[in-house]
Amino acid sequence: MKKIKLKNIFIHIILISVCILSLVPLLWLLSTALKGRSENIFAYPPIFIPRDFTLDNFKEVLKLVPIVKYVINSFIVAISTVFLNVILSALAAYPLARMNFKGKKIAFFSILATIMVPFQTIMLPVYIITLKLHLCDNYSDLMGYLGLIMPFAVNAFGIFLLRQAFLTIPKEIEESAVIDGCNSFQIFYKLLLPMIKPSLALLAIFTFIGSWGEFLWPSIILTNENLYTLPVGINNLSSAFSADYRLVAAGSIVSIIPIIIFFLALQKYFISGTTEGAVKG
Amino acid sequence: MDLKKSIGAYLFLLPAGIVLLVFFFIPFFQTIYLSFFSYSNDVYKPEFVYLGNYIELLKSPLFLKTILNTFYFLILCVPFLVIFPLFLAILINQKIKYKNIYKILIYIPVVISIVVVAIAFKWLYAPEGLLNFFVEKLGFAPIGWLSDPKVAMISVALVTIFKGVGYYMMIYLSALMSVPNELYEAAEVDGAVGFKKHMLVTIPHIMPMIALVSTISSISALKVFVEIYVMTKGGPLNSTKTIVYYIYEKAFENLDLGIASAGAVILLFIVMIFSVINIFVFEKDKYTL
Repeated sequence: MKKIKLKNIFIHIILISVCILSLVPLLWLLSTALKGRSENIFAYPPIFIPRDFTLDNFKEVLKLVPIVKYVINSFIVAISTVFLNVILSALAAYPLARMNFKGKKIAFFSILATIMVPFQTIMLPVYIITLKLHLCDNYSDLMGYLGLIMPFAVNAFGIFLLRQAFLTIPKEIEESAVIDGCNSFQIFYKLLLPMIKPSLALLAIFTFIGSWGEFLWPSIILTNENLYTLPVGINNLSSAFSADYRLVAAGSIVSIIPIIIFFLALQKYFISGTTEGAVKG
Repeated sequence: MDLKKSIGAYLFLLPAGIVLLVFFFIPFFQTIYLSFFSYSNDVYKPEFVYLGNYIELLKSPLFLKTILNTFYFLILCVPFLVIFPLFLAILINQKIKYKNIYKILIYIPVVISIVVVAIAFKWLYAPEGLLNFFVEKLGFAPIGWLSDPKVAMISVALVTIFKGVGYYMMIYLSALMSVPNELYEAAEVDGAVGFKKHMLVTIPHIMPMIALVSTISSISALKVFVEIYVMTKGGPLNSTKTIVYYIYEKAFENLDLGIASAGAVILLFIVMIFSVINIFVFEKDKYTL
């Protein structure tokens, strides 16, 4: 028994160290953001608990940079992307899992092929096409948002995730609905869709996180600061105010608050379901 | 398999099909098409150059350096991201208290935007930053984390590792939960304990997951961009310039669309080696009709 106890203490020590390591960069950012003007942020030795504790950096950064606007933009883009992904993936996954039709093989392998091609390799033509479709903030805010959303409105990972979910539902359930005279859309919408809710939630959550953190595409397509999403806005802030690290730190901390709340509220989904949501990044 | 049913199936596929057509298939073929044209002389008058762009790229020391850099980055991250999260997952999977708190805290870097993570590390890596304080405390000379060409890529890889550990740990954890308890009991009867028990039971049982994590983390290492964009812009002395960064620069800064596209096709080939293995070997069940 004693041996087990000792072993457990050892495990806790390792895990606590790893937890500290995963939080230190953010805590250091937070500490810097809370330090006042009179305090040297390069102090030697470093000071973790601010002596000149202040919230001024937060007030100032919110005054200088429209972070609230960035948050709203990120929300609009992330929520719309989630909404489209859930609907389009579910619609496409259903026939791939439950129907036999001509050309199913071609449809299946075409979608599968998209997994092999990273966005980074096709981003240039995607940019050209998005501009040709006028999905750009030069035309209007709505078009700008659409330009941020549409290229990520659906992807093969989502379709395959939901296809897997549809496959686990027994065929008999569907057959009885056919006897009751339901058409395939009714079967899909009223019967099967509610049964795959956990997978839909998983897809929604991972799409949200992905969209919220996306940097490359928004940084390419956006020209108008009014439409900046958080990652683009914060990156901009960090280059514009590189001399004042307190402000950069304060802005970064503000930008992660929404996603941390989102994560803590939904943590049980993260803790249980990463496997199926895997293979994104 | 009547006609009506086929039409019905296609109606379901149509919305996703349109999006994939416009934002995936057309751009995909356009990338290949553009890679045969030269935009070097005049952006508005592309010139058909057959495989000219590819030849130019493969002769370019800078492009070859970006390929080497990308693989160097992969070698720095992937072994660590395959092994360390597995180690953590095995620890958390023991009968211990506060499991969920550990999981949540270790997962936090995964949900935070890579831009913010990179900004936080840039601050840690500052010449007079927190990391150098500890380095000096240990009696070493301060390290040019992002300014020394020999060190910069390692610093970038640390950020990628920092952000990835929690993600792969969760993948391993769900795989570990599927290891039947009887297997451990049987191993214990045979006298295997502790580390040996895991080498005998855990590792073979989750080998497919280890393989999967190797390919996924390799693919994402090949696509690395944001860390570099935020922290080093490919420098110092191109020491952190990777293939995606090179493509980005050629496409959006030099407007050399042909070269950028040829670079993209080369990257595509490299990534495909990994994803083909992934799809047709490791995740066969998920991706078979």
